[in-house]
Amino acid sequence: MIRKIDLKINAKIHSIEADENMPLLWAIRDLIGLKGTKYGCGIGSCGACTVHLDGVAVRSCQLPLSAIENQDITTIEGLSETGEHPVQKAWLELDVAQCGYCQTGQIMNASALLKDNPNPTDEDIDIFMSGNICRCGTYTRIKKAIKLASKK
Amino acid sequence: MEETNKAYSRRSFLKVTTISGGGMMIGFSWLMSLKPNELAANTLSINELVEFNGYLQITTDNKIKIFCPNPEFGQNVMTSLPMIIAEELDVDWKSCSIEQAPYDVKLYKRQFTGGSNSIRQAWKELRTVGASARQMLVLAASTAWDVPQEELTTQMGVVYHSNSGKSAAYGELASAAAKLPIPINTTLKKNSDFAILGKPQKNVEGLKIVTGKPLFTLDYHTEGMLIAMAQHPPSFGLKLKSFNAEELLKEPGIKEVFSIKVYEDDFQRALFDTRTFNELVIVVGNSTWEVLRARKKLIAKWEAISESKEVVSVFGTRKEELIPAGLENTDSQYAKMIEVSKKPAKLLRKDGNPELAFEQAKQILERTYTAPFLAHNTMEPISCFAHVTQDKAEFVAPIQAPDFIAPTIAARLGIPKENIAIKLARMGGGFGRRAYGHYMVEAGIISQKINAPVKLIYTREDDMTYGIYRPMYSVTYRAAIDANKKLIGLHVKGGGLPESPVHENRFPAGAVDNYLAESWEVPTNLTIGAFRAPRSNFIASAEQSFMDELSEVLEKDPIDFRIELLKRARENPVGKNNEYDPSRYIGVLETVKEKSDWNNLKLSNKKYGVAAYFCHQSYAAHVIELHITDGLPVVEKVTTAIDCGIVVNPEGAKNMIEGAVVDGIGTSLFGNLTLKKGKPDQQNFDKYRMIRHREAPQQIDIHFIKNEIDPTGLGEPPFPPVIAALANALYKAAGKRFYNQPFQKDLDT
Repeated sequence: MIRKIDLKINAKIHSIEADENMPLLWAIRDLIGLKGTKYGCGIGSCGACTVHLDGVAVRSCQLPLSAIENQDITTIEGLSETGEHPVQKAWLELDVAQCGYCQTGQIMNASALLKDNPNPTDEDIDIFMSGNICRCGTYTRIKKAIKLASKK
Repeated sequence: MEETNKAYSRRSFLKVTTISGGGMMIGFSWLMSLKPNELAANTLSINELVEFNGYLQITTDNKIKIFCPNPEFGQNVMTSLPMIIAEELDVDWKSCSIEQAPYDVKLYKRQFTGGSNSIRQAWKELRTVGASARQMLVLAASTAWDVPQEELTTQMGVVYHSNSGKSAAYGELASAAAKLPIPINTTLKKNSDFAILGKPQKNVEGLKIVTGKPLFTLDYHTEGMLIAMAQHPPSFGLKLKSFNAEELLKEPGIKEVFSIKVYEDDFQRALFDTRTFNELVIVVGNSTWEVLRARKKLIAKWEAISESKEVVSVFGTRKEELIPAGLENTDSQYAKMIEVSKKPAKLLRKDGNPELAFEQAKQILERTYTAPFLAHNTMEPISCFAHVTQDKAEFVAPIQAPDFIAPTIAARLGIPKENIAIKLARMGGGFGRRAYGHYMVEAGIISQKINAPVKLIYTREDDMTYGIYRPMYSVTYRAAIDANKKLIGLHVKGGGLPESPVHENRFPAGAVDNYLAESWEVPTNLTIGAFRAPRSNFIASAEQSFMDELSEVLEKDPIDFRIELLKRARENPVGKNNEYDPSRYIGVLETVKEKSDWNNLKLSNKKYGVAAYFCHQSYAAHVIELHITDGLPVVEKVTTAIDCGIVVNPEGAKNMIEGAVVDGIGTSLFGNLTLKKGKPDQQNFDKYRMIRHREAPQQIDIHFIKNEIDPTGLGEPPFPPVIAALANALYKAAGKRFYNQPFQKDLDT
């Protein structure tokens, strides 16, 4: 069903008209035009579409617009457009990325982890990040970057 | 200082033009091509220059811009190739801005990413480009100051005359330099003088990646762009019979539904023209979600294909390919491999008298190894933007080999090749999958038909079930051992669907007196394509597992055993055409032995395994230490030794090797594309298991062999030996050998 929906994304209200069954991922990418949140699988299995809903990491490909009310949605663009967020800085300091496609999802998931658990153990990281696939295999760097960011 | 003396005319290799408004622009042809830059200097403006490709650009305010010609898929040539130019140019790397060059048939002969070849091929040429520009700037200063060139030095983008204290930044000299003749002899830096190369440099696109800039084809958007999706048959061995789009067309946002033929019936395809399904149903609509939703209402009927033959041109050689009919099952595919492997096979190489050696052997060790089809599963699914007008075609595409697909597109669309422009988008992974540009042909056909710009999108399911897989393989190794526990004969017989993985001239060929290599093939209607270190990615795992088991039977240390054979190959080689350098191979084995603290590992309770391999002119050895918990290996440490010649960017190189280690572990533990009645069992990551954070090694230590050899490949070489190192470590941990990938199946039992 098509209806008018207000989405609060990165502290800005976007008024859109969309099918309420549309996953948030496509609203973000196609209707609002923010391309940092990625499509990898569409079934919540790869983590590339991760955003924050009131600070909690969620897979936007699994979240229909109908399920969203007034929550704050944060995308990678909302962390920092200039890379000032501690997680982004750690990513840059340790030169984490290879192809880069999964990295915004990794960063969004990691930043949510650190909000709740500022000093995660290796095991905490393994468990919390297990939903984010990196095909290029940058996992060891990601783990080091999360730990580095936790110190900032 | 090294001098290079080129046989061809330097004037055609480099053409220098003055930028209007001041400055200097150098066009060059990459990769030994001699296409001159055809731009007229006096029509240029600063703004136009941003559009040009393959240029080193120096403006009067001393801004340096370098373009990377080869497409980027995570191997970081965007950083390493420009580094080479910047080094010889002698500028501050931090002051350089780097951009991706588009594919442009007017300016480039070859922009290919694959085969671990980018740096190898471009090394000398790019150094020459930077050095030529530097020499011209020096000559400009020498002329302006009326001093001999020999009295001038450069550093970090400035020319100095120490005698008089004069200096000038490159930007000040650029306009004058542009008017000078291109030097015939270029002096290259001594390797020991490198200021940029060999030092860790960060990914030039790092900031864009972490801030989510729209870098990938899936991110590309333009006004009026429509979205298309392609429905292909649900099974290999089927083709389109009919479709009914009545219900679909009623859905909101849907514009058109039609079928396309990727190639006409008489099309003679070349190696990279592979397409699995020639007829597709295309759904075109306004937005991704609308097309995704509506597509479910498509009613399509499929019918069985008939057996057919296709002629494929493989780098000039015409090969006939048999495409069998039928809906294939994984079980019957494995059974077919066993059946064919027992039959007489094609002789690849024979040294000495292997038949006699096996007759006389006191003991024969025989082992068979298998591995399944694999899907590449690049993180970014297949997509392509195309805008085709009357006589022009514009693409934004993730493509490793634009030059191979451009003629195909031209022929298919009826548009001259020089009117095809391709912007090389950053690829969310390649691994060989994106060398096959069928999706560009498809997008072009669609755009031409609907007369609008369009982005073709493959869902993850479309992508994973499309084919162009890593082949299914099987190989049997036999070793003939005499009464003194000496290896007197080796027989390798391997094959696959549809190709053999055997590299007959690689180690241990050359080290064994009596050697026989054979191959066989089983046709299939699945399509295959290059997958990170084609053939090597399997044969290394089998060969190096066999070497491990053989060393145990011969009661030798696995590393010492390999070194012993390699010394034989070096001092008294058997046969001809031995493809590897035994000294470099020994080098990585000795290094990994030392760095893994091998002798202490042997005395400990640790579970560990070693493997080494040569491919793409480089050498890699790994020692993996692990333990098994809850039916899965926990990889504690990987020690890696790599000989890839001069390491251009150690930071990027290390990242890529770490990635190859993770990839090897994940692929061999979990990678598995199986079929029932031609239909893939795995359509998405819920069924196709990928390695995740918790399965990645806890520690990876990488050691580069230091030498002055010009860079050899690195994208692929570290990958093949990881799998056997893992299998050999699993043997120690589980008490049994692992012969069939994916290993996880046998870990559970």
